[in-house]
Amino acid sequence: MTSTHPAVELTGLRKSFGPVTAVDGLDLTVHAGEVVAFLGPNGAGKTTTIDMLLGLARPDAGEVRLLGGTPADAVRYGRVAAVMQSGGLLKDLTVAETVRMTAHFFGRTRPVAEVLERAGIADLADRPVGKCSGGQQQRLRFALALLPDPDVMVLDEPTTGMDVEGRRDFWQAIRADARSGRTIIFATHYLDEADAYADRIVLVRQGRVVADGTTAEIKNLAAGRTVRATLPGADQAGLAALPGAETVEVRGDSVLIRTGDSDAVARHLLTRTAARDVEITSHNLEDAFLALTTAGGHPTAPAPALTAPATIGA
Amino acid sequence: MTTSTLTTPAIASTMDRRPPALGGFSPAVLLIEMRRILRNRRTLIFTMVMPAVFFLLFGLPQRGELLPNGRQVLAWIMVSLAVYGAMVATTSAGAAVATERALGWSRQLRLTPLRPAAYVATKVATAMILGLVAVVVEFAVGAAAGVRLPAYVWLLAGLATWLGSLVFSALGLLIGYLGPAENVMQFMGPVLALLAMFGGLFMPLEMLPHALQRIAEFTPVWGVGQLARAPLTGDPVSVGVFANVLGWAAVFALGAAWLFRRDTQRV
Repeated sequence: MTSTHPAVELTGLRKSFGPVTAVDGLDLTVHAGEVVAFLGPNGAGKTTTIDMLLGLARPDAGEVRLLGGTPADAVRYGRVAAVMQSGGLLKDLTVAETVRMTAHFFGRTRPVAEVLERAGIADLADRPVGKCSGGQQQRLRFALALLPDPDVMVLDEPTTGMDVEGRRDFWQAIRADARSGRTIIFATHYLDEADAYADRIVLVRQGRVVADGTTAEIKNLAAGRTVRATLPGADQAGLAALPGAETVEVRGDSVLIRTGDSDAVARHLLTRTAARDVEITSHNLEDAFLALTTAGGHPTAPAPALTAPATIGA
Repeated sequence: MTTSTLTTPAIASTMDRRPPALGGFSPAVLLIEMRRILRNRRTLIFTMVMPAVFFLLFGLPQRGELLPNGRQVLAWIMVSLAVYGAMVATTSAGAAVATERALGWSRQLRLTPLRPAAYVATKVATAMILGLVAVVVEFAVGAAAGVRLPAYVWLLAGLATWLGSLVFSALGLLIGYLGPAENVMQFMGPVLALLAMFGGLFMPLEMLPHALQRIAEFTPVWGVGQLARAPLTGDPVSVGVFANVLGWAAVFALGAAWLFRRDTQRV
């Protein structure tokens, strides 16, 4: 079965709960085989978006296409599976019973022993679910998601509430699985998880995508600096053409240049212009994340600011 | 070299994809459901141990007493308590839906191809199997304690008791879809006991004041109790009995269906 459709296509997605707008015109296309981190603070609309993506919630507006069809079709044929944040397990079943029972709900599945093995819980097969730790239960949810051998796997903040060891074990299981061609979308609010496991990071804030790029691009954005100088009558277009310059803002006699190459910009300002009082400030990953994902954050960081400058060494 | 992930050709699963037969309803799942129930001590106590103990406590002292048609009072008590055991069994199995909704299992199921109707069918089948076990256990205790009946009476009374408990699997489902709750039977246990009393399962209704007797005839257990004991007493089954059984069956089943539809359309 070859598919020319994107794995996921979300267009103009909107969802409100009473007066609260959880998702506000979200667009996202994910291609087959991508590993995408859906990164944002709590309340950014990640879980609501995932619910709509899976057909667990109906959008107020916009469209969801999953593997070219509706979420319900994808679920019916076992082409999508999800690891939800919490709940969803019967405490009085054993780990193996849970997997066996769920397997009967699908037309075809991978063998029960295989998914237990791949999720790293083969040794817990006979343990009652109620006696499993949070991390073990999460690996059980992962085993259930592996059953239909889905083309798209969605994980909603899969490591919330786990200790460091639990998180590491869980991601090890996910990485060990890495079926070639499987699309993985995971929501997280941990920067390091997005950094370590995703090829692409989609930053969401207040129900919208505020930045979208490869991990390297996001890192580059984060690693960027701002060069500020006093330069009356600055040539804005000329400055914007400097290598690495991302945005140029003129405020009265001041000019602020966001750049991936602050040295080049500073050198240019000091040698080719009358600029004085040159200041260079840096941002780290955390700053970029906060700036992009908190209300009233950095005003000069709209989504299109992300370009793909030289990624060498990034 | 560009990044490899975007250029990796998507290899689709080689599995033959198809939805499950019968919407996901399967005997194997029923078997696991039965194992779950047999593991639950509280269910076993209320559906099998308690009716048996009641029978021994209140039945045995009346050993030797006879009904107007010459059959044993002991048999009357046995059938009544079998109805009680079966109704608690089927109600609690149906009401398990509330627990599964509270635990988020129902949400998890919506990410599988299992059809909601197959889920409900599994719950009803589980309830009816448990109900059958409850009837058989109570009848076995009765036989061991000296109840002697012609084979056709055992069979007809057993069948009426068992099929009558369908009414209570519908009641269980109705409660299950009323709202998510982890321990719904803690509330339903006393309610069922009260209904059983008004249904004449714990004592003959003739022992109640006349006004209460009239009211009792409109409660949901009365009809099933009358129906279950008819093969034993030889009393003709009145239109009122049928109206009671069918009426409550309709109320519970329609209520459950309405709540079920509301639940599945909540998307």
